[in-house]
Formats: sequence, structure tokens, C-alpha cells
Amino acid sequence: MRKSKLANIYLALVFIVLYAPILYLAYYSFNSGGTMYAFEEFTLEWYYEVFQDTRLLVILLNTLTIALLSAAISTIVGVMGALAINNVQRRDFRNALLTLNNVMIVSPDVIIGASFLILFAMLGMRLGFTSVLIAHIAFSVPIVVLMVLPKLQEMSPTLIDAARDLGATKWDVLTRVIIPYISPGILSGFFMALTYSLDDFAVTFFVTGSGFTTLSVEIYSLARRGISLTINALSTLIFLVTLLLVLGYYAISKQAARPMRLEVGE
Amino acid sequence: MKKVVQMFVAVFLVAFIFVYVTARINSLQGYSGANTLTIYNWGDYVDPDLITAFEEETGLKVIYQTFESNEAMLTKIAHGGTSFDVVVPSDYAINKMREQGLLLPLDHELIPNLEHIDPRFLNLSFDEGNKYSIPYFWGTLGIIYNSEMLGGKELESWEDLWDDSLRNQIILVDSAREVIGIGLDSLGYSLNDTDPDHLREAHDKLKELIPNVKAIVGDELKMLLANEEAAIGVVWSGDAALIIEENPKLNYVIPAEGSNVWFDNIVIPTTATNIEGAHMFINFVLDPENAAINTEYVGYSTPNRAALEYLPEEIVSDERFYPGPEITDQLELYENLGKRMLAYYNELFLEFKMHRK
Amino acid sequence: MDNRTRNMYLIPYGLWIILFVVVPIVLVGYYSLFDIDGQLSIVNYKRFFSPVYLGMTLRSFWYAFLITVVSLGIAYPCAYWLTKTKHKQLWLLLIVMPSWMNLLLKAYAFIGLLGTYGPVNSFLNVVGVGARQILFTDFSFIFVAVYIFIPFMILPIFGALEELNPSLVDAAYDLGASPWTTFRRVIFPLTISGVQAGCQAVFIPALSLFMITRLIAGNRVITLGTAIEQHFLVTQDWGMGSALAVFLIIAMGLTMWITTGGKRVS
Repeated sequence: MRKSKLANIYLALVFIVLYAPILYLAYYSFNSGGTMYAFEEFTLEWYYEVFQDTRLLVILLNTLTIALLSAAISTIVGVMGALAINNVQRRDFRNALLTLNNVMIVSPDVIIGASFLILFAMLGMRLGFTSVLIAHIAFSVPIVVLMVLPKLQEMSPTLIDAARDLGATKWDVLTRVIIPYISPGILSGFFMALTYSLDDFAVTFFVTGSGFTTLSVEIYSLARRGISLTINALSTLIFLVTLLLVLGYYAISKQAARPMRLEVGE
Repeated sequence: MKKVVQMFVAVFLVAFIFVYVTARINSLQGYSGANTLTIYNWGDYVDPDLITAFEEETGLKVIYQTFESNEAMLTKIAHGGTSFDVVVPSDYAINKMREQGLLLPLDHELIPNLEHIDPRFLNLSFDEGNKYSIPYFWGTLGIIYNSEMLGGKELESWEDLWDDSLRNQIILVDSAREVIGIGLDSLGYSLNDTDPDHLREAHDKLKELIPNVKAIVGDELKMLLANEEAAIGVVWSGDAALIIEENPKLNYVIPAEGSNVWFDNIVIPTTATNIEGAHMFINFVLDPENAAINTEYVGYSTPNRAALEYLPEEIVSDERFYPGPEITDQLELYENLGKRMLAYYNELFLEFKMHRK
Repeated sequence: MDNRTRNMYLIPYGLWIILFVVVPIVLVGYYSLFDIDGQLSIVNYKRFFSPVYLGMTLRSFWYAFLITVVSLGIAYPCAYWLTKTKHKQLWLLLIVMPSWMNLLLKAYAFIGLLGTYGPVNSFLNVVGVGARQILFTDFSFIFVAVYIFIPFMILPIFGALEELNPSLVDAAYDLGASPWTTFRRVIFPLTISGVQAGCQAVFIPALSLFMITRLIAGNRVITLGTAIEQHFLVTQDWGMGSALAVFLIIAMGLTMWITTGGKRVS
């Protein structure tokens, strides 16, 4: 009993710290004073502005599209990568692959951005939506690999052998044994890729063009003149919508979970 | 497996809906490609109402894309891939762009409003004859301070920063030429000094400033000073005006030893596809009334002499932000010292930053 | 699995590696051989071995190490207790969600929160500790860095804990092991794959951290990431920036070698 109390206090503290900056931003989105300190009066002015600004809306949609697509595609590529690395028998080759994988994570964004820009220029590519999407997929793949690989490695080979012995095809083994087993890793990878994409500024900046902009590029470029509270308001709205989606998704999947479990048992 | 697949299908579906909606919005607003003008500028550095007015007047559609540093913008333009029609770089960046052949000459006949620019801001060293550029906003580098926090103390010169009573009170801007420049100016050297001994001397002098330095930051400096996190900041006048607007207790001074004067300028880069539209836009923002509207929105100092008449008296008569020729003549523009010298400045600055702790 | 399947996975992943890792590395290596005037030379590598850059490298490693250790210390109990909660998947998502908000905005929020007149100092005043300088210190730097990286640590550890067979823990208790012994001898060793993935996902990017070195630490902390960013963006000395990046990649490779070399055997 004592222990679970300690656990609850600890978790509560972690959540307070995690959400403190977000609450701070949200609080000041109602500040009529226009700054992120010195709260003057309550206002909804910044929220009205969000809804009037179609440019901002387009930027937001761009950001979400890129984040979702790049996270999904990089997860698929990353899972294949983890499978590939895991299947490599020779240890030094495997380590070499893994090291190459991590180069992207250790490289500062500016370098990734600049080298992608040179790469795309060499390929004669027009910069815009596609180049940003490709770049985001490219830098999200390694984190997915890093999240999925440990799951694969701890999976016991006897599980696969057993399935094989029972007459499962390679496809069956993959879809019925491996993927269900590593799915927590896949989900982690997907969410991390989403984080990478939403947070990225430097790479996007270098590889974007033709009027295509994402929210972070916009926010960074606003810094010189001071970030308007409209951005706070927009971020608060995004956060609330995400929260609702997460809660809704969770509730639905909870309800669907029961028959699902039966299905697995069959 | 099923769950994972479901999730991915849902994600793709949502993404495609977003793509569709974005495309709809863009086409509803009339962006078709042929009639667009792409402006590449600092974030929030032009009044959006002016852009709307420009669109109505010319029938062009403006795409407003932003950058956050001259150098990053330069890299983008140099590598191509997108067509920017109008760009707003700072003075020293214009030097570099000219060197690299990234600028198109302006057709002065298409920009009759050029005559409204104050002659003392034309024909500057970075672009003689204004072949490629026209000043957009200008300002100085100086000291902003909160004399209430300093017990009524007033600052007048760079030398004042070294005062022992200012321990841990100064916030510097994270930029090599500005900070090394403080050392140079206070020693009586030029901001464009290239003598390694002088620079070393400036660095050694700055080293003694370290106990007074609280932090070296970027754009967040505005927030820190307005919120009285520190009493003194070394800032550009444009930022100073924004800070004082938020916190009137602060005062701005152009240091007695001299300082830097800077210009942001409108240019047409070689990537431009709508050159005619670009000239139309330049002429549009140089119109005195438009320039006045823009100046009130942005809050920096305008080089447009005719626009001053449309601006409130208290803005125009503020000597801190509109200093007369007797002061501006004392100030120096950053000249292009070449890559090697610039690298040396940065190396010294890095060393200066490493001394901290 | 046989050779044919293995090669299938390697195709998309290998393509990704060649295009977005190998080509950029070659580019970076190539650029690092040119001095600022565009002359072929090894001057950049000589410069690296000056006290300024060596000191910076040492500090980068030290801070990345600290950040990783603190993250692990906070993340492990958090992940452990999360697995004991009722709606654990939901809570996990809620841990990740704050990382989807723009980093620059969160940094601004932290400046406000930790500032002289911020809520944290007001709180310290009320408690009687008294206001103090928090912003621009090592503490605030490590704190915010850990804040940024903590989801990367929690996710894989949580995943590993989820896979832990509870009967093993029960067995340990039945055999009379104390909770601490159970943790040390059973739980921790069985979740080491998650810890390893988490440490890599934190340590590697922490090496090249920049931005918050300026925003939160006021440039009191200078890491390799900061220097690289400077060389690429301010000095436009891509040669020196690339040379630093080469060292960063080598350092990462060595770290990987050391941390994984021994464990792969088991």
C-alpha cells in the first residue's frame, strides 16, 4: 500500500513537470497583454486571430500531413531495417549497419539539412512538399530501428521455429508471430517518428520551397520579431484536439479490445 | 497485426484528407502558380494588410515564406530549387550575394518611389548606386538598460559596461561581429578592423567583461529584458523599440564611442521568376503612405523620408531611433572582411564564450 | 530465415542507408578536406586538436553522459510504475504528448517558468527557500535537456517491462528474494534491452544538442552541436563544421562499439 502511494506521488510529479510548460503556454494564450509574462486581462482575441488566418491553417495542415505520412512510412521502412539488421548473421556487418543507422541521430540537424539540400540539388529535384516528406522519412527511420530492434533481439528463435514446424509460411510467421510480438516497438517507433517530424526545424528549412512551410519553420522565423500569442493559442488548440483524439481512440480501442483478445485465442 | 494495420490505414487516410483540404483551400484562394509572387522575408516583417492591399491592386497572389537568419537564407538561394521573387537580406549579406552573383540588377524606372528614400541611406558601401538593393528598414546597435534596476544609474558608452557594479547584469547578443565590435569600439578601433593584434586586444578586453555577463542569447533577449531578467542588454535598435514598447522603464542609447548602423534591404535574387511583379511590389512598399503603415506595424525605423510625415510625431522625433546625421555619420557599416577574417572573428568569439564558467 | 527473405528486407533499408547516410557522410567527409578558402587541406583536422575544440568535445561528452544518467534515473521508476497503473497505454501516450509541442515554444515557456519572476521562484519564495538564479545554470540546462529526452528513455524501458514475465518476479519472491534483490537480479537484467535502447536514443542526440545551450544555458554550455551550427550557418566554414561532424560520427561509432560490443554475445 505504502509503495503504491509513493508510486502515485512520483508519477504525479513527473506529469506535473511534463505538463508545466504546456499549461504555461496555454495560460498566456489568454493574456490581453500580448506577452508570455505579466498577465493582464483575460481575452479570446488570439483565438479569433487563429481562425481568421487561413495562411496559418494551411501551414498547420501541411505540418500534420508531413508528420503523419513521414511517421507511417518511416515506421514501415524502419521495421524492415530492423528485420534486415536482425537477420544479418555476421556480427561486424551487423554492427556496421547499426552504426550507419545511428549516424543520422548523432548528426546535428543543420548538417543533415545542408547535406540533403545538396543531395536534392544534385538530383535536380524541385523543393517543396515531396522533398520535405522524403527528408522527414529519411531522418525518422533510424529512431524506429532503434525502437524495434531490441524487441526483435529478445524474441526467442524457438518461437519462429515452432511456428515453422506447425507449417506456417514465411508470410504467416511475419504477420502472425513477429509483428504482433514487436508491435509495442512499432508503436514506440511511430510516436518517436511523429515527435521528430513535428519538432524538426533545421532540416525542413533547408529542403522546403515553393511556399511550402511547416509550423516550426514559421515559429522559428517569428522569433526575431517576437512570437505572437496567436501561436500559443494555436498550440493550445492543437494540444486539446490531440488530447481528445488520444482519449477517444483509447476509449474505442478499449471497447474493441474484448472481442479482439478472443480472436487471438482462436 | 490487425490493430497495427488498422492504425496505419487510418493514418494514411487522415493524411490524404489533409492533403485534399489544403489543395482546396489553396485553389479557393486563387493560387494557380502563374500569377504568384513569392516573398522571402523574416517572420512577421511586413504588415499582412499591406500584402492584401497589394494583391487587390495588382491581382497577384503573394506567397510569404520566411527565414530566420541571413546565412540560412543565403544557403537556400545559392542552391536553388525554389523561385523566390523578392528577398529582404541585411547589408552584409548583400555583399556576399553580390559576390556570388545571386542578385539581379534593379530597374530603377520601374521603381519611381525610390525618390522618397532619404539620400543619406542611398549609395552605401555595400551597394553603390543601389544597383541591386533598396533599404527597407534600418537601425543601430546599442545598449538597452533599466536604470530603475541599476539604482538610477544611466549608461552612455560601451566602456560603462565594464563597471564593477554591473556584475551578472548584462545580456549579450549571440553574434560574433557585434560582441567583438564592443571590444573594438571601446578601444577606439574600427568595427571593420582586420589587424589580428587589435582583435586579440579586443578579445582580451572582453574577457574582463565576463563577470558582468549573465548570458549570451539570441532573439529571446527581448523577452528576458522586458521581463527584467537582467538590467542591461546589447541589442539592435529595432528590437530595442519592441522591448521599450512592452516595458517603458527601459531606455536605449547609442554608445558614445560609436557603433554599428545596419540596413535590411529589398532585393530581387536570380531565382526570381516574376521579375515584373517583384518590381511592382518594391515600388508598392516604397510608397510613402504604405511605408508609414508598414513602419507602424513593424516598429523598426524606416529610411523613407516621405513616410515620416504620415507617422506620429512622437515616433519620428525620437532621437534614439531616428538619430540625426550628426550621429549616423559617426556610425559604421559592417564591411565585407572576407571569409577568412570572419572566421577569425568567430573563432575569437567562440573562445570568449568558452571562457565562461 | 533463409537468404532470400533477408535480402528482401535489406533492399529498402539498404537503399535508404546508401542515399541518406552513406552519400551525406561522403559529402561531409569531402567538405571537411577543404579550408575556408576552398583549398584542399587538412587544416580543419589540425584545428580540431586545439584546446578550444578538445575542451568542447570533452564537455559535450560529459553533459551527454549526465543527461543520459539523469534521464535513466528518472525514467526507469516512472516506466516501472506506469506498467502497474490501470490505463497504462493511455498514460504512456500522455507522457509522449508534450513532446509534440514545438520545442522553441516550450523553451520560451521554460524561460518564463524558471526566470527570476517566474512561478518556480515564487514557489521557492513561498516555501521559504528564497528565489535564486535558475536560468542560465548547469542545472537548468540538464533539467530541460532531460525534459526533452525523457520520452525517448521511457518508451523502450516501458516496452521491455511489459514483456517481462510476471511469473519470474513471483518466483523470485517465492524463493525469498527481497524486493531490491528481485529488482537487481531479475527485473533489471531482463529489461536491459530497453535500457540500452533508451540510453542510445538519449546519449547519441545529446552529443549534438544545440539551441537549448543558448536558450536555457545562455551559452554557458558550449557543445559540439553549437560549434557545428555556428560553422555551417554563421561563418559558413562548412569545412570546419564537417570536420567536427566527422569526429562526432567517429565518437558515436566508438560509443556504440563499447556499449554493444560486450552484450551482443549473450
